[in-house]
Amino acid sequence: MNAARRVESGAAVVLLLCLAGSVFMLRRVERIRSGATLREVLFISSPQAARRLSLGYDGLMADIYWTRAVQYFGNHHAQGAEEYKLLAPLLEITTALDPHLTVAYEFGSTFLSTAPPNGAGMPQEAVKLVEYGIKNNPDDWHLYYNLGFIYYLELKDYKDAADAFRQGSQLPHTHPWLKILAARMSEHAGDLETARMMWSAAYQTSTDKQVKANAAAHLRALDVDETVPVLESMVDKYKKDTGHMPSNFVDLVQSGALSVIPRDPTGRPYKIMPDGHVEVSKPDALPFIEKGTPPGYVAPAPKFSYSE
Amino acid sequence: MTGRIFYIARNTFREAVRDRVLYNLIAFALLMIGGAVLVGQVSIGIERLVVINLGLTAISLFGIVIAIFIGIGLVSKEIEKRTLYTILSRPVRRWEFIAGKFFGLTGTLVVNASLMGVGVFAALLYVSHHLQKSDGWVLVALYFIILQFIIVTALTLFFSSFSSPLLSAVFAFSLFVIGTFSEDLRGFAAVAHGATGWLATGASYLVPNIAALNVIGSVAHDQPVAGGLVLYNTGYALLYSAMAVCGAVLVFERRNLK
Repeated sequence: MNAARRVESGAAVVLLLCLAGSVFMLRRVERIRSGATLREVLFISSPQAARRLSLGYDGLMADIYWTRAVQYFGNHHAQGAEEYKLLAPLLEITTALDPHLTVAYEFGSTFLSTAPPNGAGMPQEAVKLVEYGIKNNPDDWHLYYNLGFIYYLELKDYKDAADAFRQGSQLPHTHPWLKILAARMSEHAGDLETARMMWSAAYQTSTDKQVKANAAAHLRALDVDETVPVLESMVDKYKKDTGHMPSNFVDLVQSGALSVIPRDPTGRPYKIMPDGHVEVSKPDALPFIEKGTPPGYVAPAPKFSYSE
Repeated sequence: MTGRIFYIARNTFREAVRDRVLYNLIAFALLMIGGAVLVGQVSIGIERLVVINLGLTAISLFGIVIAIFIGIGLVSKEIEKRTLYTILSRPVRRWEFIAGKFFGLTGTLVVNASLMGVGVFAALLYVSHHLQKSDGWVLVALYFIILQFIIVTALTLFFSSFSSPLLSAVFAFSLFVIGTFSEDLRGFAAVAHGATGWLATGASYLVPNIAALNVIGSVAHDQPVAGGLVLYNTGYALLYSAMAVCGAVLVFERRNLK
């Protein structure tokens, strides 16, 4: 091996060692400076200032701010945060820079409106965001649909929800679901069937895997919320008829009240508790359920996989 | 071997001085005097803050500009003036030439930054009438700035070993800017999935982590810098620079100089 070759080999080895070493050091630095990029500070808080400073590259700046908003939300959500102080200003700046970035209204309003720890719990801010979106994109039915969804789900304001769906249903190229939702909202706003329709609409109208997974989880939760009271009334009836509590659902099957052991949407059997309540076997696997949970149960933040 | 590297380094330093690189100190002095006196007259309570922020930012920017604009000529100028052939015809190896150039420019930047640091402390003394214990953190910020210079010098040398001066400047400056956003890039990588996540993570480790070397904002508010950060930042900067210099050596060894 000649001298030049030896130098090259040596330099290559040192280069690789230094690369590995620098990655190691950087990981150590990261530990010390964890969350450095997500400090609760927004250096440019004025949308107008951000627009001026973008020097005409509004579109690119909006994309950067939107990515930042998603990162901010994602990191806070992963940590189970109760506060999302910068989310609303980040979305405001994003949409001021690019008022036609409809994805920021659609997803941003969901991030903002959902109650903590799944979202920021700021439905009024979400309404403002979507209304700004509608003002700038009056022909986009998705925004009316988002607005109606926030009024229905987070604010329980069924009249405004119906109005939003109705306005959206009158747009050209709108989705047929909106007309149905507007009618349903006016008549049966608070019942489970309407909720099922809403989430079915969310599942069918979206192409995003996360939104679909979220809607599917809500549909499963509605199924549980509907089934548990029915099963509890069967348990009550059994107790009245026999004078004692059934020990499990086999007793109900043997009495002829049920034909099979009831199972939740994940395929696990329901359980009868000693006090007669019915619970799911694994509540953590069924995010958003309101019935069938143990007393004092606190649900973890739901996680959705792309495979759902 | 070390002697040859030392002579090349010394020559590089002398050449930089002859090129009036240190004249930037005059501009820096004027800036500090202007900043300290003017802000004292037109604002309230932020004189010390302005001196630290303005001083350290100016040291950083002046140094980066010098590192890039002197660095891009380190190899190409020697080829252009044909002095490289004279050097390499002596018992000087190509890698020794690269190492000498790197240490020479780094030395120039250390001297330059140190003199500017003296200027910052003089301005601090002027506005506060005394130095306090927490002013010591300014030295840590200055040290981190010097680490930035070492990284940028190594990167510029790497680019100049195979590219034209103009492109080397563009590459080095772009990488410096990207490096200031490296933590955002890693934040993006953390929430990305699959191939995008892997690519973003790889890219975030390849670009220089300049962001962690900037503590100007915190030392201006007397916030201490963790000892671990000083240790790991030092290790990181030295290893990253060594990697870039090794890259420059690899390219330069294979370069056809005929």
